[in-house]
Amino acid sequence: MKLKRSLSMDSQKKETLSGRGSGLESEYHSTPDTVCDVNTLSVLIRKKNVRVVDVRKEEEYAKEHIPGAVSLPLARILEKESPTHCIELLQDIGVNEDLPVVTYDDTFGALAARVAWTFQYIGHQHSSILEVTFSQWKNMGFRTEKKSNSYKWQPHPLKINQSIYADLAYVEKVSSNKVLVDSRERLNFLSEHIPEAVNLPYTMLRADGRVLSKGDDIRRFLQNRGIHENSELVTYCGSVGTLSGLVYYGLKLAGLKNVRLYARSFKEWKALGKPKTEFKDANYWDLSAE
Amino acid sequence: MKTRKDANIQKHIPKPRRNPRWGKEEETNIFAERVKLFRTGKLSEDDFRRFRLQHGAYGSRLQMDYSMVRIKVPGGEILPVQLEKLASLSEAFSIGSAHVSTRQNIQLHWVQLEDVSEVMRGLVEVGLTSREACGNTIRNVMCSPLAGVCPDEQFDSTPYSKAIARFFLRNPMCQNLPRKFKINFACCEKHGLVRIADIGLVPMTKDGSQGFRIYLGGGLGAASFIGYLLEEFTSEEKLLPTCMAVVRLFDRNGNRENMARNRMRYLVNEMGWEKFQKMVLKERSIVMMTTAQSTESMFNLSAEEEDQYLPKENRYGTKLRMFSERNSSNTNAYDRWVHSNVIAQKQAGYYTVFVTLGAGDVTANQLRVLAGTIRELSMEGAARNTPQQNFAIRFVNGNDLPEFFNRLASVGLSNPGALTITSAVGCSGTTSCNLAITNSHRLAKEIQYKFLELGLDTDDMLFDSTIKISGCPNSCGQHEIATIGFFGGASRIGSVMAPTYTMLFGGSSGERGELGRVVMRVPAKRVIDTVLNIIEIYRKERGEGETLRQWIDQVLRGEAIGSIRDVEDIKRALAAVVQLPPVDQQPESYQDYGSDVRFTAKTAKGECAA
Repeated sequence: MKLKRSLSMDSQKKETLSGRGSGLESEYHSTPDTVCDVNTLSVLIRKKNVRVVDVRKEEEYAKEHIPGAVSLPLARILEKESPTHCIELLQDIGVNEDLPVVTYDDTFGALAARVAWTFQYIGHQHSSILEVTFSQWKNMGFRTEKKSNSYKWQPHPLKINQSIYADLAYVEKVSSNKVLVDSRERLNFLSEHIPEAVNLPYTMLRADGRVLSKGDDIRRFLQNRGIHENSELVTYCGSVGTLSGLVYYGLKLAGLKNVRLYARSFKEWKALGKPKTEFKDANYWDLSAE
Repeated sequence: MKTRKDANIQKHIPKPRRNPRWGKEEETNIFAERVKLFRTGKLSEDDFRRFRLQHGAYGSRLQMDYSMVRIKVPGGEILPVQLEKLASLSEAFSIGSAHVSTRQNIQLHWVQLEDVSEVMRGLVEVGLTSREACGNTIRNVMCSPLAGVCPDEQFDSTPYSKAIARFFLRNPMCQNLPRKFKINFACCEKHGLVRIADIGLVPMTKDGSQGFRIYLGGGLGAASFIGYLLEEFTSEEKLLPTCMAVVRLFDRNGNRENMARNRMRYLVNEMGWEKFQKMVLKERSIVMMTTAQSTESMFNLSAEEEDQYLPKENRYGTKLRMFSERNSSNTNAYDRWVHSNVIAQKQAGYYTVFVTLGAGDVTANQLRVLAGTIRELSMEGAARNTPQQNFAIRFVNGNDLPEFFNRLASVGLSNPGALTITSAVGCSGTTSCNLAITNSHRLAKEIQYKFLELGLDTDDMLFDSTIKISGCPNSCGQHEIATIGFFGGASRIGSVMAPTYTMLFGGSSGERGELGRVVMRVPAKRVIDTVLNIIEIYRKERGEGETLRQWIDQVLRGEAIGSIRDVEDIKRALAAVVQLPPVDQQPESYQDYGSDVRFTAKTAKGECAA
């Protein structure tokens, strides 16, 4: 509670703060468990009241990163995806239960989203993604640094949050209120997808210059599809839950309460030979100009 | 330090164009509401289809949950900010690439029906619309991409095309015509599709005043007709009344029963031209006597002209080595590109660059780079999309051409051959169309790829020939006005169905345009070899200085001078190349391009006539 208050206060200061970096008026209302806007992050960094996590490759971190950030590449989370392994990683970068975490990448937010979701899954509620990529942060004129950062070990309890997680059994369970959301691009979806899934490509939730559109826009996209706030959504993508991680945060930003990530995604579904819906009557791939 | 030359170029930087406001915000919300009503069963399928088509969303191949959104580009003029918006929309709601059509539309394919309103919302922001791009309405009004720069034109017809487009858009008089209606403006007698439109117009001046030669009742389709000249000269004042009269006559007398025969060309054909001509002239006098001033004022030519700022000549421009120079496939890439993609304008020192696409496909990233290039290197700050499915970017300084080329090359857009036989036209075919039998789209790309590899763009004797391909007899690929045209079908070869094309010879566009004549059927996988064979025969047989196109015309007339004299001779000469080996020896020859499964001719009802 205390944290939320301090964050929203910072958000109110936004107007006076903006213009420092780029003159960007943030259109987000920063919330501690979805998306963090650049100005809020700047304030938090100055107050040393945040752990900024760079999920890019270590070499990229070594070249340049956001001030105070620690390096934790997505690959390290994925190499042993057990909750105990992940909670140790979180403790090792000095995060206790109260310290907000903000992740960023340079891959349109998808890797950052997957890491932020993992932290939430193991019990760190206040973990959000930065509203821009590292390149955009730099282009906006915000500061970067080269020195490598490390922080003192902090205790953090492991509290698995099952309410944001979906495994195969969950995906297969029949429920009238459940909507499977395929986050891949349109042509991949048309080729094959989990039966009954709806397509909400991650590219649809992007905005010019930001990793996610405004919540209002995303809400409208969902309303157009007949999906409402009380629907239960399960996002998936092609392999390890990165694109669908981003869509997970897009849906949270739009105010949906009940969203889960099927982290093993379509890769597992296909490997197990589960049924698929395929569409073969058109040569639509030939339209792509690549 | 600034040189005089720099200062001069600075002066010519165009002011950003106004938002042309073709779109309307409220239509976006109405569309979203109607989709919801349709999905919840509160709106019948027929009513919804009519509404959807009126707003430019066409059903996708055997998947009615997806739409092709056809975006009109009136007069073919498109702005950088619009190209950037199309890039974003294609990534967000389509397949990450857009498709330039043969009627100067830009199409986004495989858009989920629920997202069409969002595409429309984006279009409105940059002043574009898909309104009346489909359905029984006046479709996109075309204009020659060279209008305003063509050395042979009498005056720039662009503002006229846009004023006509604006007059009829959302106009109650053309919301429910018997069938679609097409208006095309040319720049001169050579360039433009005036003989294959319901109304085709060629600008001309007579005794110092501006006007048009107007052709009526042409059109391509399962049965095609060449338009008739209404009168020797139609003055500018009579432009609007003539168009209104023709639309009114069609609305009143057109066939509303038989969907297969209800384009205006059938009416003209059944009635006879003389009778139709008299009716038009009579109707025009009625229109001129009865049209309210408030209606007339909706035709606002000066508003469109104001926006049509064109730079004058460029005194500091450079001269280029042009077509007379010898080229071969060994020529360096830049020279080869200049040779077949760049032409001089009537404004000395300025050039028009044609950007080669593959059958009209362009990715989001390419659109963005193109937009930036136009903004910085075109002195009119706009582009035209062409009926050859390319982009034309005009008012480029000769000095800037190398830079232009490099920017295109950075995103794979620097292919040569835009103005040559290598740039084959192909409709969308089985990639997305309900009516298609074959994958004409992919075939056009395969031809382009192969022909560029062979360097056919460097052979000036092939320069004035064209290849155009439709995936069915309905002519969206305009195969009947190609030097060598193809339309798709299915044939039983032995015991197996195979995709085939009917080949036509000798079609042409422009004011003296003629329709091609059917020669023979060719299996899809034999089309490339057949065309190469024709070129080989031509090279052996041609007369002195005779181009491929001229030779084909001679063959059609039975007047060729070599061992191949007429169409029967050439059919005999091609008999071997169109043969397929037995299916068990070469099963892939019986499959269509872009497919590795057995061919079946699967189609669904078209929506053109809904």
